[in-house]
Amino acid sequence: MSTPATGLDPGVRLHVVTGKGGTGKTTVAAALALALASRGRKVLLVEVEGRGDIATAFDVSPLGEAEELVLRVSGGGEVWGLSVDAKAALIEYLRLFYRLGAAGGVLERLGAIDFATTIAPGVRDVLLIGKVYEAVGRTSGERYVYDDVVLDAPPTGRVGRFLDVNREVADLAKVGPIRHQADSITALLRSPATVIHLVTLLEEMPVQETVEAAAELSVGPEGRTTSIGLVVVNQAREPMFDEPAAAALVDGGVGPAEVAATLGRLGLPADPGTVAGLLRQGRDHVDRLDLEDGQLAALETIGAPVVVLPHLLDPSGSGSIRELAQELADQARFPDR
Amino acid sequence: MTGPTTAHTPGRSLRPARTARHPRTPHPSTHLDVDALLDDPATRVVVCCGSGGVGKTTTAAALALRAAERGRSVAVLTIDPARRLAQALGLAELDNTPRTVAGVDTSAGGRLDAMMLDMKRTFDEIVQAHATPAKAEQILANPFYQALSSSFAGTQEYMAMEKLGQLHELTDASGAPRWDLVVVDTPPSRSALDFLDAPARLGSFLDGRFVRLLTAPAKVGGRAYLKVVSGGIGLASSMLTKVLGTALLTDVQTLVAALDTTFGGFRERADRTYALLQRGGTAFLVVAAPERDPLREAGYFVDRLRADDMPLAGVVVNRVVRSLAPEVEAPTAAAAVGHLEDADEDPHTDAVVAGLLRLQARTVATADRHAQITERFADRHPQVPVASVGLTARDVHDLEGLRGIGADLAAAGTAPGGRRATG
Ligand SMILES: Nc1ncnc2c1ncn2[C@@H]1O[C@H](COP(=O)(O)OP(=O)(O)OP(=O)(O)O)[C@@H](O)[C@H]1O
Ligand SMILES: Nc1ncnc2c1ncn2[C@@H]1O[C@H](COP(=O)(O)OP(=O)(O)O)[C@@H](O)[C@H]1O
Ligand SMILES: [Mg+2]
Ligand SMILES: [Mg+2]
Repeated sequence: MSTPATGLDPGVRLHVVTGKGGTGKTTVAAALALALASRGRKVLLVEVEGRGDIATAFDVSPLGEAEELVLRVSGGGEVWGLSVDAKAALIEYLRLFYRLGAAGGVLERLGAIDFATTIAPGVRDVLLIGKVYEAVGRTSGERYVYDDVVLDAPPTGRVGRFLDVNREVADLAKVGPIRHQADSITALLRSPATVIHLVTLLEEMPVQETVEAAAELSVGPEGRTTSIGLVVVNQAREPMFDEPAAAALVDGGVGPAEVAATLGRLGLPADPGTVAGLLRQGRDHVDRLDLEDGQLAALETIGAPVVVLPHLLDPSGSGSIRELAQELADQARFPDR
Repeated sequence: MTGPTTAHTPGRSLRPARTARHPRTPHPSTHLDVDALLDDPATRVVVCCGSGGVGKTTTAAALALRAAERGRSVAVLTIDPARRLAQALGLAELDNTPRTVAGVDTSAGGRLDAMMLDMKRTFDEIVQAHATPAKAEQILANPFYQALSSSFAGTQEYMAMEKLGQLHELTDASGAPRWDLVVVDTPPSRSALDFLDAPARLGSFLDGRFVRLLTAPAKVGGRAYLKVVSGGIGLASSMLTKVLGTALLTDVQTLVAALDTTFGGFRERADRTYALLQRGGTAFLVVAAPERDPLREAGYFVDRLRADDMPLAGVVVNRVVRSLAPEVEAPTAAAAVGHLEDADEDPHTDAVVAGLLRLQARTVATADRHAQITERFADRHPQVPVASVGLTARDVHDLEGLRGIGADLAAAGTAPGGRRATG
């Protein structure tokens, strides 16, 4: 199916959001969930690192072990939140497949649960992503419980291994439920229902990591691929000068004398220090934007649609997720329910 | 603890004295005197920690360079530096040992050596140093060891501590310490607390009761033993076999047994390095971004360091926006942009000045917010010295850039927003 350049395939139901640490994965995942909910969809936002970041992003009290309604959007859409805990997932898993019953408590006390989720990072990841898999496939009557699941995934450095569940459990049990589940998860991740969104800043290190991650993630082992959804540039600077003004600033066409005169006319401080400070700030800004343009060009080589989110003045303000969700919705076409 | 270091280490023992000196006035945030810290011969280790992307590596490198150029003999241990910064530090060669950095001003008698942590190699070297060659070979070939040493959560933190311990203890022919200051960067952890917790967690895990119970059968002679152990262990064992598979469990048991007999417990080792960090000669610097959540996390970290009696030197708030023309206030600038858009005396110049003022309005608004957030942090943590570093126009990836960061760090009492702080 061909889609418009910045559109999302309507078949997509699992959105994996990754990026270099601190670039805004959680913020973008939250904004994406809200943008989807604004189309009337019921969305589950999942975090797997147990930090309580979803609650912080939406400014609600910490999530418990179960899925919770975080936000209801006018028009019927909903954002639900879930913080998956590997230990709880293992106990649940043992209950389900081995009818463990009350023995879960014994295992926990002995340290066996801790041991199992620590000793084999692969097991841990399969358990975490297993919960996501279950939520994506959960149905009630004829329809899916959640229209979309958005995963606030580990950072780019770890996400390849996180998603490569088959390789992770390859050395473990060769048969049995874990093995079987790994196969189903892999099938979902490589199906058109899953996309990976990459969040980056327009800085050298994050961009480099993003380009490398795109290459790594989109070439699975047996040549099968998980597709890249959006490349999300986060915290982009807003250009303050049009091109002729930027040029005049850099080549000195407009210099201290002209600026001082204009400031004086406006009744603003026009001492040499202030004038020099303003000019220096302006040139640094133009310089940064040039640098950012270069990074943007590098991102375009990935071949996925690029959306650009602004640097918000107060990111912890209550409207910030809403504002970013609106930006996403304006730039990428989201399917209706 | 003697000498000027005490001024930077408001550890538990010092608090009563301070309170006595300042009975009522809550002391406004003290300024972190970076040069005094770096120049003090009693400062032997500086640890830069904080959550990912805040500038730990940059800060560590900048501090190390500054200390070296002020005359100290410094080794800096970096972890995953940006490629160009690594080049600038001459870190192309990856041999897990510090190499002299070219281009450092050594006229004050100091020097700078730098290295990048290779965690697998560091782990391998511990094994090789403590086991017989045959035993080492056996350990290195163990599949679980390979996973443990290359991809285990916490191994990087553990190895960073291990390497720090090694560098600290290295001596030259005369028995004097090879470096009189070791600056360490910390891994890009999920949380700053990981650096403190991961080694002990990993150590106690490999050393712990559960592994011992599991290992016991292998040592005593297999299955027969298993029958007599308590039902709980039997259940655990069978559950683990189902979930993890027999191969992995066998690998773990063999590895733990091998490690156990060759050198002292993992935990002991982690505890030793932990104790090194608690000594007076260590200074922790918590690096944070000037935003609400990152600074809140820095606050948790500060509390935790206190609780553990770790010598906290202060907090570095990095990437703070400052206006270069503080005379022009934000609302004034914004209003003037409006006037310029109406006038058209000299459209060319007006367009430039309008841009300059738009930028100024935005810069001042951000600078004020950064200052406010930083001040709020200082109010909540009155005993914690704070330094701030401005957002530079370009990424920091050469010695010149690092010198700039170092100078900014050391600039006396510059509060974010350009105001002078007292204290
Ligand atoms: N568009 C934006 N404008 C301004 N600030 C932003 C923006 N997006 C995110 N931030 C801020 O950047 C910081 C990091 O964001 P966030 O926690 O979402 O990143 P992350 O990638 O999830 O981090 P981690 O790797 O630690 O999980 C936060 O302080 C957040 O408020
Ligand atoms: N004060 C600063 N101004 C501008 N850029 C900075 C500053 N401090 C760090 N950076 C840049 O931020 C990025 C991340 O810094 P780094 O030190 O690698 O962070 P960390 O080690 O905490 O992950 C680098 O590209 C670095 O050049
Ligand atoms: Mg996050
Ligand atoms: Mg780093």
